Amino acid sequence: MAVTGVNSGAVTYGAATGQGASGTPRSRLRNLLSFRWVAVAVILIGWFVYYPIVDNFIVSTTDQDIFTGEVSDVGLANYDRLLHDPVVWTSLWNNSLYAVISIVFQVFGAFLLAAIIEGLGSERLRRFWRAIYFVPSAISITVTGLLFYFIYQPEIGLLDAALRSVGLDALVKPWLGDPKTAIYAIIAMSQWQGFGYSTLLFAIAIQKIPRELYDAAIIDGAGPSRRLWSITFPLTREMTGLMIIITITGAFQVFNEVMVMTAGGPNNSSQVLGTWLYQQGFIENNFGYGAAIAGVIFVVTMVTGIAQLLYTRRRRVQF
Amino acid sequence: MTKLSAIRPLRPASRMNVWAVISKTFLHAFLICLGIVVIYPLIWMALNGFKNNAQIFGNPFALPIGWSWANYVQAWNQGVRDYVSVSLLVTVASGLCTVLVSAWTAFGLTRTKMPAKPLVVGFVLGGLMLSPTVAVIPLVRMMQALGLYNTYWALIILYTAFRVPFSTFLIRAYMLDLSRDLDEAAVMDGASEGQIFWRITLPLCRPIVVSCVILHVLFAWNEYLFAMIFSSGVGAQTLPVGLTSIMATHGTNYAEVFAAMTISALPIVIVFFAAQRYFIRGLSDGIGK
Repeated sequence: MAVTGVNSGAVTYGAATGQGASGTPRSRLRNLLSFRWVAVAVILIGWFVYYPIVDNFIVSTTDQDIFTGEVSDVGLANYDRLLHDPVVWTSLWNNSLYAVISIVFQVFGAFLLAAIIEGLGSERLRRFWRAIYFVPSAISITVTGLLFYFIYQPEIGLLDAALRSVGLDALVKPWLGDPKTAIYAIIAMSQWQGFGYSTLLFAIAIQKIPRELYDAAIIDGAGPSRRLWSITFPLTREMTGLMIIITITGAFQVFNEVMVMTAGGPNNSSQVLGTWLYQQGFIENNFGYGAAIAGVIFVVTMVTGIAQLLYTRRRRVQF
Repeated sequence: MTKLSAIRPLRPASRMNVWAVISKTFLHAFLICLGIVVIYPLIWMALNGFKNNAQIFGNPFALPIGWSWANYVQAWNQGVRDYVSVSLLVTVASGLCTVLVSAWTAFGLTRTKMPAKPLVVGFVLGGLMLSPTVAVIPLVRMMQALGLYNTYWALIILYTAFRVPFSTFLIRAYMLDLSRDLDEAAVMDGASEGQIFWRITLPLCRPIVVSCVILHVLFAWNEYLFAMIFSSGVGAQTLPVGLTSIMATHGTNYAEVFAAMTISALPIVIVFFAAQRYFIRGLSDGIGK
């Protein structure tokens, strides 16, 4: 499998600098000088990736106005406010919906689709479908978000026009304007955009399964569905697990499509943590409260991140 | 389903044939329907760029009456050109920085006797777990303090900083698998570390470097959160941000918005089809992310 844990860097390769006994002052100096190769990355990442996370927790214990610059220390008041903010709970619910629906379509749906595609006889057809389904993933989510903003519009959109043309007039509605359907409409767009990406990844995983296993199963009389559940599924289980974790992480960081399509409306019904953070921090200038919302995202993504790390460290399927 | 033919001797031939044909037909029909659902909205988008508003409000399934490029030209002149140039600049500059810094880092992590190497690996790759959303409020303050707020420099720096962990991860894995024979020969000939990096290791890593560049282009061309927050000023807007501001200012001229969307989607689709091979390698190597 292509999955590589982050942990295998402990091996020292000294071929390039290997002359001279190690431990002498000169070679120690040379070893220290090796830091110059990683210095830029370490500074960049430390400064712009790690430090902001620390700073975010400091900001979250303050109330600060970006324009007047007034800062007051409020302790954990912002976190207390989180617990009593109904929009935070709506957002958490919407993020969770996002995760669950995406797991159904972009993990299990994509797995089935990849299995169907990889079962096709001609390599050209396989390549064709993989590429076609991937196209939306290559396009900016701003473009696809705007596109579906129009598709969901009652006057000019495709969806309502299609419903009318098949006689389902009763279902016609402003999908994004209705608090009951807005978040589902957004999630549906996201599935449309993202399933080709995970299908491609599953296809790559399926290609790594040795053909002999299938040949042996065919000789034993196993039909296509039997081969799917007894060979393909167990041998791509690792990819499935990884995809579930990645999908959950992504679902709690969702921002773009919601921002472009509804900005969290109507009536905050489609808010997710990311857009609520933006609304609080940048529209209403509650930097401190926005930072507290960011803290929630941090905790969730940290948990999933550690889960992913532990998962990829486990022993992998060996062929 | 060629495999099905191999089962045939084990079952009654005629029944098997019927089932095989039915399931094959069904699968192909399913794939085609799904393909239409995926591609038709994109074609609709491009076609709407050829319509005028009256046609857009008419039958949405109708083809445009004429094939006038007017909306595309107008969209291009009314801002899209500027957004494209900012996007190009940010994508190219951050792509070069990312790949260069990542290759240096990967070299340091695989080819030197650096002390505390596992710690550095953990630090760099740990960056993969941190999300831009969480960092965004502190970053605004930081960029304001640095005087980079509302400039494309902010985006170049941030795209580099947030993508170096992933690219390093890919390039490092590739370098670990590379043979060190050439390095050793070069050391014998008295080559310095720098010469080994530029003349031997980097050229050998070309395939994964190309994959990194492609993945970075996809990321930087499409990124929205940072772009919206750090480049909302006039003259610094990237394409995704520009699109939303076209939507806000010319939102009533739908045809022009559709044309602008098509212009912004097209380059990346072309890049994808042209560089599919590298793209897929990058994805399959990077799934550990």
